[in-house]
Amino acid sequence: MKTRNINIILLILVVIIAIAPMVMYSGLGEDEGYFGGADGEAGAVVEGLGYEPWYESFWEPPSGEIESLLFAVQAAIGAIIIGYFFGYWKAESKYKKE
Amino acid sequence: MHIMEGFLPLEWCIIWFIPSILVVLYGIFRIKKITEEVPESKALLAVSGAFMFILSSLKIPSVTGSCSHPTGNGLGAALFGPAVASVLAAIVLIFQALLLAHGGITTLGANIFSMGIIGPLVGWGVYKALTNESLKINSSIAIFFAAFFANLLTYVTTAIQLSLAFPEPTFAQALTVFMGIFAVTQIPLAIAEGLLTVIIWNGLKSLKPKLLNKLKVINPKYENPMENKSVGDN
Repeated sequence: MKTRNINIILLILVVIIAIAPMVMYSGLGEDEGYFGGADGEAGAVVEGLGYEPWYESFWEPPSGEIESLLFAVQAAIGAIIIGYFFGYWKAESKYKKE
Repeated sequence: MHIMEGFLPLEWCIIWFIPSILVVLYGIFRIKKITEEVPESKALLAVSGAFMFILSSLKIPSVTGSCSHPTGNGLGAALFGPAVASVLAAIVLIFQALLLAHGGITTLGANIFSMGIIGPLVGWGVYKALTNESLKINSSIAIFFAAFFANLLTYVTTAIQLSLAFPEPTFAQALTVFMGIFAVTQIPLAIAEGLLTVIIWNGLKSLKPKLLNKLKVINPKYENPMENKSVGDN
Protein backbone atom coordinates (compact mmCIF):
# COMPACT_ATOMS: atom_id res chain seq x y z
CA MET A 1 0.00 0.00 0.00
CA LYS A 2 1.18 3.52 -0.75
CA THR A 3 2.32 5.47 2.26
CA ARG A 4 -0.13 8.21 1.31
CA ASN A 5 -3.04 5.79 1.60
CA ILE A 6 -1.72 4.52 4.93
CA ASN A 7 -1.57 8.11 6.16
CA ILE A 8 -5.18 8.73 5.14
CA ILE A 9 -6.30 5.62 7.03
CA LEU A 10 -4.34 6.69 10.12
CA LEU A 11 -5.92 10.14 9.98
CA ILE A 12 -9.41 8.61 9.77
CA LEU A 13 -8.59 6.49 12.85
CA VAL A 14 -7.59 9.64 14.76
CA VAL A 15 -10.90 11.26 13.83
CA ILE A 16 -12.79 8.16 15.02
CA ILE A 17 -10.92 8.23 18.35
CA ALA A 18 -11.93 11.88 18.81
CA ILE A 19 -15.57 11.39 17.80
CA ALA A 20 -16.27 8.14 19.71
CA PRO A 21 -16.57 9.78 23.16
CA MET A 22 -18.98 12.38 21.79
CA VAL A 23 -21.18 9.57 20.46
CA MET A 24 -20.87 7.58 23.71
CA TYR A 25 -21.94 10.55 25.80
CA SER A 26 -24.14 12.26 23.24
CA GLY A 27 -26.60 14.69 24.74
CA LEU A 28 -24.43 15.21 27.79
CA GLY A 29 -22.42 18.36 28.20
CA GLU A 30 -20.43 20.49 30.58
CA ASP A 31 -23.48 21.03 32.81
CA GLU A 32 -23.67 17.29 33.48
CA GLY A 33 -19.96 17.19 34.23
CA TYR A 34 -18.81 15.86 30.87
CA PHE A 35 -16.03 17.02 28.56
CA GLY A 36 -14.30 19.21 31.10
CA GLY A 37 -10.50 19.24 31.24
CA ALA A 38 -8.60 16.55 33.16
CA ASP A 39 -6.27 19.25 34.53
CA GLY A 40 -9.19 21.04 36.16
CA GLU A 41 -10.55 17.76 37.54
CA ALA A 42 -7.24 17.05 39.27
CA GLY A 43 -7.28 20.62 40.60
CA ALA A 44 -10.75 20.04 42.04
CA VAL A 45 -9.55 16.88 43.83
CA VAL A 46 -6.66 18.81 45.39
CA GLU A 47 -8.98 21.63 46.45
CA GLY A 48 -11.33 19.01 47.88
CA LEU A 49 -8.56 18.05 50.32
CA GLY A 50 -8.76 21.56 51.72
CA TYR A 51 -5.65 22.80 49.92
CA GLU A 52 -5.62 26.46 48.96
CA PRO A 53 -3.52 27.36 45.90
CA TRP A 54 -0.85 29.73 47.18
CA TYR A 55 -0.28 31.52 43.92
CA GLU A 56 -2.61 32.62 41.15
CA SER A 57 -1.82 33.08 37.47
CA PHE A 58 -1.04 36.78 37.12
CA TRP A 59 -2.88 36.85 33.81
CA GLU A 60 -5.72 34.71 32.59
CA PRO A 61 -7.61 34.91 29.31
CA PRO A 62 -10.59 37.05 30.33
CA SER A 63 -13.12 34.78 28.58
CA GLY A 64 -13.51 31.43 26.87
CA GLU A 65 -13.55 33.21 23.52
CA ILE A 66 -10.15 34.75 24.10
CA GLU A 67 -8.78 31.48 25.40
CA SER A 68 -9.89 29.73 22.20
CA LEU A 69 -8.27 32.55 20.20
CA LEU A 70 -4.94 31.89 21.90
CA PHE A 71 -5.22 28.13 21.45
CA ALA A 72 -5.93 28.66 17.76
CA VAL A 73 -2.89 30.94 17.52
CA GLN A 74 -0.77 28.26 19.16
CA ALA A 75 -1.92 25.62 16.66
CA ALA A 76 -1.53 28.04 13.75
CA ILE A 77 2.09 28.83 14.66
CA GLY A 78 2.86 25.12 14.62
CA ALA A 79 0.98 24.46 11.39
CA ILE A 80 2.69 27.34 9.54
CA ILE A 81 6.14 26.05 10.45
CA ILE A 82 5.40 22.44 9.48
CA GLY A 83 3.66 23.45 6.24
CA TYR A 84 6.52 25.77 5.29
CA PHE A 85 9.25 23.18 5.71
CA PHE A 86 7.33 20.28 4.19
CA GLY A 87 6.53 22.41 1.14
CA TYR A 88 10.15 23.55 0.95
CA TRP A 89 11.51 20.00 1.18
CA LYS A 90 9.01 18.66 -1.32
CA ALA A 91 9.96 21.26 -3.92
CA GLU A 92 13.65 20.80 -3.12
CA SER A 93 13.53 17.06 -3.81
CA LYS A 94 11.47 17.62 -6.95
CA TYR A 95 13.75 20.20 -8.56
CA LYS A 96 16.96 18.44 -7.61
CA LYS A 97 15.94 15.53 -9.77
CA GLU A 98 15.05 17.56 -12.84
CA MET B 1 -0.89 17.01 32.53
CA HIS B 2 -0.63 20.65 33.51
CA ILE B 3 -0.49 21.04 37.23
CA MET B 4 -2.30 24.33 37.75
CA GLU B 5 -0.64 27.49 39.04
CA GLY B 6 -0.18 27.41 42.81
CA PHE B 7 -1.36 23.82 43.16
CA LEU B 8 1.96 22.43 44.37
CA PRO B 9 3.41 23.28 47.78
CA LEU B 10 6.55 25.41 47.52
CA GLU B 11 8.97 22.62 48.49
CA TRP B 12 7.67 20.42 45.65
CA CYS B 13 7.95 23.32 43.20
CA ILE B 14 11.63 23.62 44.09
CA ILE B 15 12.27 19.86 44.00
CA TRP B 16 10.96 19.60 40.41
CA PHE B 17 12.59 22.83 39.26
CA ILE B 18 16.12 21.62 40.03
CA PRO B 19 16.29 18.61 37.64
CA SER B 20 14.24 20.48 35.03
CA ILE B 21 16.62 23.44 34.89
CA LEU B 22 19.64 21.15 34.64
CA VAL B 23 18.16 19.05 31.83
CA VAL B 24 16.94 22.09 29.87
CA LEU B 25 20.43 23.65 30.12
CA TYR B 26 21.97 20.40 28.93
CA GLY B 27 19.39 20.32 26.12
CA ILE B 28 20.42 23.82 24.97
CA PHE B 29 24.02 22.61 24.89
CA ARG B 30 22.93 19.54 22.85
CA ILE B 31 21.03 21.74 20.38
CA LYS B 32 24.15 23.86 19.85
CA LYS B 33 26.23 20.76 19.27
CA ILE B 34 23.79 19.01 16.92
CA THR B 35 23.14 22.11 14.80
CA GLU B 36 26.89 22.72 14.51
CA GLU B 37 27.53 19.16 13.36
CA VAL B 38 24.48 18.90 11.10
CA PRO B 39 23.35 22.43 10.14
CA GLU B 40 20.38 21.13 8.10
CA SER B 41 18.89 19.74 11.29
CA LYS B 42 17.74 23.24 12.33
CA ALA B 43 14.66 22.94 10.12
CA LEU B 44 13.91 19.52 11.57
CA LEU B 45 14.22 20.98 15.05
CA ALA B 46 11.71 23.69 14.12
CA VAL B 47 9.32 21.04 12.79
CA SER B 48 9.61 19.00 16.03
CA GLY B 49 8.86 22.08 18.12
CA ALA B 50 5.99 23.05 15.83
CA PHE B 51 4.54 19.55 16.10
CA MET B 52 4.57 19.87 19.89
CA PHE B 53 2.90 23.28 19.60
CA ILE B 54 0.04 21.88 17.52
CA LEU B 55 -0.51 18.67 19.47
CA SER B 56 -0.50 20.27 22.88
CA SER B 57 -3.14 22.77 21.75
CA LEU B 58 -5.57 20.07 20.65
CA LYS B 59 -7.92 19.16 23.46
CA ILE B 60 -9.53 15.91 22.53
CA PRO B 61 -12.44 14.22 24.32
CA SER B 62 -11.74 10.79 25.74
CA VAL B 63 -13.79 7.72 26.66
CA THR B 64 -13.80 8.74 30.33
CA GLY B 65 -15.90 11.75 29.37
CA SER B 66 -13.25 14.35 30.09
CA CYS B 67 -10.90 16.13 27.72
CA SER B 68 -7.16 16.08 27.61
CA HIS B 69 -4.47 16.81 25.07
CA PRO B 70 -1.61 14.98 23.37
CA THR B 71 1.91 16.16 24.13
CA GLY B 72 3.86 15.79 20.89
CA ASN B 73 7.04 15.02 22.84
CA GLY B 74 7.82 11.61 21.29
CA LEU B 75 8.83 12.98 17.87
CA GLY B 76 11.48 15.41 19.10
CA ALA B 77 12.82 12.80 21.53
CA ALA B 78 13.23 10.14 18.84
CA LEU B 79 14.89 12.62 16.46
CA PHE B 80 17.20 14.51 18.81
CA GLY B 81 17.20 12.74 22.16
CA PRO B 82 15.32 13.52 25.37
CA ALA B 83 17.30 16.60 26.45
CA VAL B 84 16.49 18.49 23.26
CA ALA B 85 12.81 17.56 23.66
CA SER B 86 13.00 19.11 27.16
CA VAL B 87 13.92 22.48 25.66
CA LEU B 88 11.03 22.27 23.18
CA ALA B 89 8.61 21.27 25.95
CA ALA B 90 9.84 24.15 28.13
CA ILE B 91 9.05 26.63 25.33
CA VAL B 92 5.52 25.23 24.88
CA LEU B 93 4.87 25.16 28.63
CA ILE B 94 6.07 28.74 29.15
CA PHE B 95 3.82 29.89 26.29
CA GLN B 96 0.84 28.12 27.85
CA ALA B 97 1.60 29.27 31.40
CA LEU B 98 1.93 32.94 30.45
CA LEU B 99 -0.72 33.32 27.76
CA LEU B 100 -3.29 30.63 28.48
CA ALA B 101 -3.12 30.24 32.28
CA HIS B 102 -2.56 26.54 31.57
CA GLY B 103 -0.07 25.19 34.02
CA GLY B 104 1.85 27.94 35.75
CA ILE B 105 5.16 29.50 36.58
CA THR B 106 5.33 27.95 40.06
CA THR B 107 4.50 24.51 38.64
CA LEU B 108 6.65 24.94 35.52
CA GLY B 109 9.43 22.76 36.93
CA ALA B 110 7.03 19.90 37.68
CA ASN B 111 5.38 20.18 34.27
CA ILE B 112 8.73 20.26 32.43
CA PHE B 113 9.74 17.21 34.45
CA SER B 114 6.73 15.20 33.21
CA MET B 115 6.31 16.48 29.64
CA GLY B 116 9.94 17.39 28.98
CA ILE B 117 11.97 14.78 30.83
CA ILE B 118 10.16 11.52 31.73
CA GLY B 119 7.92 11.42 28.63
CA PRO B 120 10.73 12.08 26.13
CA LEU B 121 13.15 9.81 28.01
CA VAL B 122 10.70 6.90 27.79
CA GLY B 123 9.83 7.69 24.13
CA TRP B 124 13.49 7.86 23.18
CA GLY B 125 14.25 4.63 25.04
CA VAL B 126 11.36 2.81 23.35
CA TYR B 127 12.42 4.10 19.92
CA LYS B 128 16.05 3.09 20.42
CA ALA B 129 15.10 -0.34 21.77
CA LEU B 130 12.71 -1.15 18.91
CA THR B 131 15.01 0.05 16.13
CA ASN B 132 17.95 -1.77 17.67
CA GLU B 133 20.18 -3.98 15.51
CA SER B 134 18.64 -7.15 16.91
CA LEU B 135 14.97 -6.20 16.44
CA LYS B 136 15.20 -4.24 13.16
CA ILE B 137 11.63 -3.00 13.45
CA ASN B 138 10.54 -0.51 10.79
CA SER B 139 10.95 3.01 12.17
CA SER B 140 7.32 3.97 11.41
CA ILE B 141 6.13 1.26 13.78
CA ALA B 142 8.80 2.11 16.36
CA ILE B 143 7.78 5.79 16.35
CA PHE B 144 4.15 4.84 17.05
CA PHE B 145 5.13 3.09 20.27
CA ALA B 146 7.64 5.81 21.16
CA ALA B 147 4.96 8.51 20.87
CA PHE B 148 2.35 6.36 22.64
CA PHE B 149 4.54 5.71 25.67
CA ALA B 150 6.00 9.23 25.79
CA ASN B 151 2.46 10.61 25.96
CA LEU B 152 1.17 8.10 28.49
CA LEU B 153 4.19 8.30 30.79
CA THR B 154 3.96 12.10 30.80
CA TYR B 155 0.53 11.79 32.41
CA VAL B 156 1.54 8.94 34.72
CA THR B 157 4.33 11.24 35.95
CA THR B 158 1.84 14.04 36.64
CA ALA B 159 -0.32 11.60 38.61
CA ILE B 160 2.70 10.50 40.65
CA GLN B 161 3.78 14.11 41.27
CA LEU B 162 0.34 15.06 42.60
CA SER B 163 0.17 11.91 44.75
CA LEU B 164 3.58 12.68 46.25
CA ALA B 165 2.50 16.21 47.11
CA PHE B 166 -0.96 15.16 48.37
CA PRO B 167 -0.70 11.59 49.75
CA GLU B 168 -4.25 11.71 51.19
CA PRO B 169 -5.12 9.41 52.85
CA THR B 170 -2.17 7.37 51.60
CA PHE B 171 0.15 7.71 48.59
CA ALA B 172 -1.32 4.56 46.97
CA GLN B 173 -4.92 5.72 47.31
CA ALA B 174 -4.11 9.19 46.02
CA LEU B 175 -2.28 7.60 43.10
CA THR B 176 -5.36 5.55 42.19
CA VAL B 177 -7.45 8.73 42.10
CA PHE B 178 -4.99 10.77 40.01
CA MET B 179 -4.19 7.84 37.70
CA GLY B 180 -7.93 7.50 37.09
CA ILE B 181 -8.13 11.15 36.11
CA PHE B 182 -4.99 11.35 33.98
CA ALA B 183 -3.75 7.97 32.79
CA VAL B 184 -7.06 6.29 31.90
CA THR B 185 -8.30 9.38 30.03
CA GLN B 186 -4.99 9.45 28.23
CA ILE B 187 -4.92 5.95 26.70
CA PRO B 188 -7.04 6.71 23.59
CA LEU B 189 -5.29 10.06 23.21
CA ALA B 190 -1.91 8.36 23.37
CA ILE B 191 -3.03 6.12 20.51
CA ALA B 192 -4.17 9.19 18.54
CA GLU B 193 -0.83 10.88 19.20
CA GLY B 194 1.00 7.73 18.07
CA LEU B 195 -0.94 7.69 14.79
CA LEU B 196 -0.38 11.41 14.14
CA THR B 197 3.32 11.00 14.83
CA VAL B 198 3.50 8.12 12.32
CA ILE B 199 1.95 10.38 9.66
CA ILE B 200 4.52 13.15 10.13
CA TRP B 201 7.27 10.53 10.45
CA ASN B 202 6.32 9.02 7.07
CA GLY B 203 6.55 12.49 5.58
CA LEU B 204 9.98 13.14 7.08
CA LYS B 205 11.23 9.75 5.97
CA SER B 206 10.23 10.29 2.36
CA LEU B 207 11.39 13.92 2.14
CA LYS B 208 14.55 13.89 4.26
CA PRO B 209 15.86 10.31 4.41
CA LYS B 210 19.51 11.40 4.23
CA LEU B 211 19.11 13.86 7.08
CA LEU B 212 17.45 11.22 9.29
CA ASN B 213 20.25 8.88 8.39
CA LYS B 214 22.86 11.48 9.30
CA LEU B 215 21.21 11.97 12.70
CA LYS B 216 21.42 8.16 13.08
CA VAL B 217 17.66 7.96 13.53
CA ILE B 218 16.94 5.53 10.73
CA ASN B 219 19.01 2.81 9.20
CA PRO B 220 18.07 2.58 5.51
CA LYS B 221 18.85 -1.13 5.55
CA TYR B 222 15.85 -1.89 7.75
CA GLU B 223 13.37 0.38 6.03
CA ASN B 224 10.98 -1.11 3.55
CA PRO B 225 12.30 0.21 0.21
CA MET B 226 8.78 0.31 -1.26
CA GLU B 227 7.72 2.68 1.48
CA ASN B 228 10.60 5.03 1.00
CA LYS B 229 9.72 5.74 -2.60
CA SER B 230 5.99 5.93 -2.39
CA VAL B 231 4.98 9.18 -0.63
CA GLY B 232 4.15 11.77 -3.23
CA ASP B 233 4.63 10.96 -6.85
CA ASN B 234 8.28 11.69 -7.40
